[in-house]
Amino acid sequence: METFKSLLVILITAILTQNFILNKFLGICPFLGVSKKLDSSVGMSVAVIFVMLMSTAVTWPIQTYLLDPYNLGYLQTVIFILIIAALVQLIEIILKKYIPALHQALGVYLPLITTNCAVLGVTILNITEGYGFWESMVNSLGAGLGFMLAMVLFSGVRSRAESDQIPSCFKGMPITLIAASIVAVAFMGFNGVVDGLFK
Amino acid sequence: MFDNYILPVLIIAGAGLLCAVVLVVASKFMAVKVDERYAKLRGALPGVNCGACGYSGCDQYAKALNEDPNVKTNLCVPGADAVSREISSILGVDFADVEEQYAIVKCGGNCHSTEYIMDYEGPQTCEACNAFFQGRSSCSHACLGFGDCVAECKYDAIHVIDGVAYVDKDKCVGCGMCARKCPNHLIQIIDARSHVYVGCSSHDKGAYTRKVCKSGCIGCKKCEKTCPSGAITVDNNLASVDPAKCTNCGACVAVCPTGAIKSHLED
Repeated sequence: METFKSLLVILITAILTQNFILNKFLGICPFLGVSKKLDSSVGMSVAVIFVMLMSTAVTWPIQTYLLDPYNLGYLQTVIFILIIAALVQLIEIILKKYIPALHQALGVYLPLITTNCAVLGVTILNITEGYGFWESMVNSLGAGLGFMLAMVLFSGVRSRAESDQIPSCFKGMPITLIAASIVAVAFMGFNGVVDGLFK
Repeated sequence: MFDNYILPVLIIAGAGLLCAVVLVVASKFMAVKVDERYAKLRGALPGVNCGACGYSGCDQYAKALNEDPNVKTNLCVPGADAVSREISSILGVDFADVEEQYAIVKCGGNCHSTEYIMDYEGPQTCEACNAFFQGRSSCSHACLGFGDCVAECKYDAIHVIDGVAYVDKDKCVGCGMCARKCPNHLIQIIDARSHVYVGCSSHDKGAYTRKVCKSGCIGCKKCEKTCPSGAITVDNNLASVDPAKCTNCGACVAVCPTGAIKSHLED
């Protein structure tokens, strides 16, 4: 029960209070680039969740059983990027062969994720936070779900901003960035929610 | 020495080598064959996904062409004869001529002939504006002028001038994307050989049309009487040209008292 509770705390923290996009400012590129339409933002988010889980499952054992025993922590970034990039390519090949429908849905987003900083960020943060294997997996899932939440919410905000009358100097990227910062401020309101939930 | 310098190099090199081997093996064993003829057909199509062929996009049309020999090769209107010829040569069948088409806007209510009756400040799209009491214009069949069609056009062929959409016939390929977008259904796709059309969609009575718009069709039937080939009929207060009978003589354009009948003859 106690472990279940701690996993739940990690999950909700990763989704709401430590949201990857709006609190840690990781993965801003897809956040601004792909959030124009709801379906593409959902597709991108699903691909990100998938890749985050897969890469955590691979990088955590590498860190724990290969790098830590030999004091090679400084190789972390290089080797994680290598592993993630190769993994995404492998997943793409497998999907293309066996699940073409899913490949068509995720297809364009997968290569974009190869060097996405949110994916690298979650794998490195799992190590620095000192999480165990399952805690790492739950944290990755929460980070992915938080990514999806932010993307879906923001695609709604953007579609409103697009059909509104905006001063021409603010049109396009400026109003998008301002809207993003306001949404980020709104997410600050979640601070303390997790502590209150599990008092 | 070994732990500090050689091991890290070995680990990185080993990981890189392992990843490379796995990817090479995977791409060898799980390679998906792409049909060469499909790729060629897809490459021949323009790729605007307009749907004029009746399929949901260029991918689907290419797939249908590849799999079903009964699918016609001349369905791509934007690509016209050039694309039809290319598809025919890839499939090895006889070339069929594409019936070229273009879009017309059946409204002439620009700012010189009609007025707005509301000061609309909502979302700046035709679709949204039309939802409020059928638009901001005094005529409910009028072009809304926000340019939903302009945004939809992939060929820069339609523009809003003086509050009404105009089609540039030279650029228009007749894909019909604008026609599907217009909330008032003012845009029609017609045969490229017919040059005369009625630039109004109002079925209101002549007197009312006259009151709200100077260039609307008032249903006076002058054109119907003048037309030597019987191509024009006035039905429900609105004239319409039958392209099958029309000889593009332009007699109706000359007699129309409001200028609702338009032609591309003089340009």
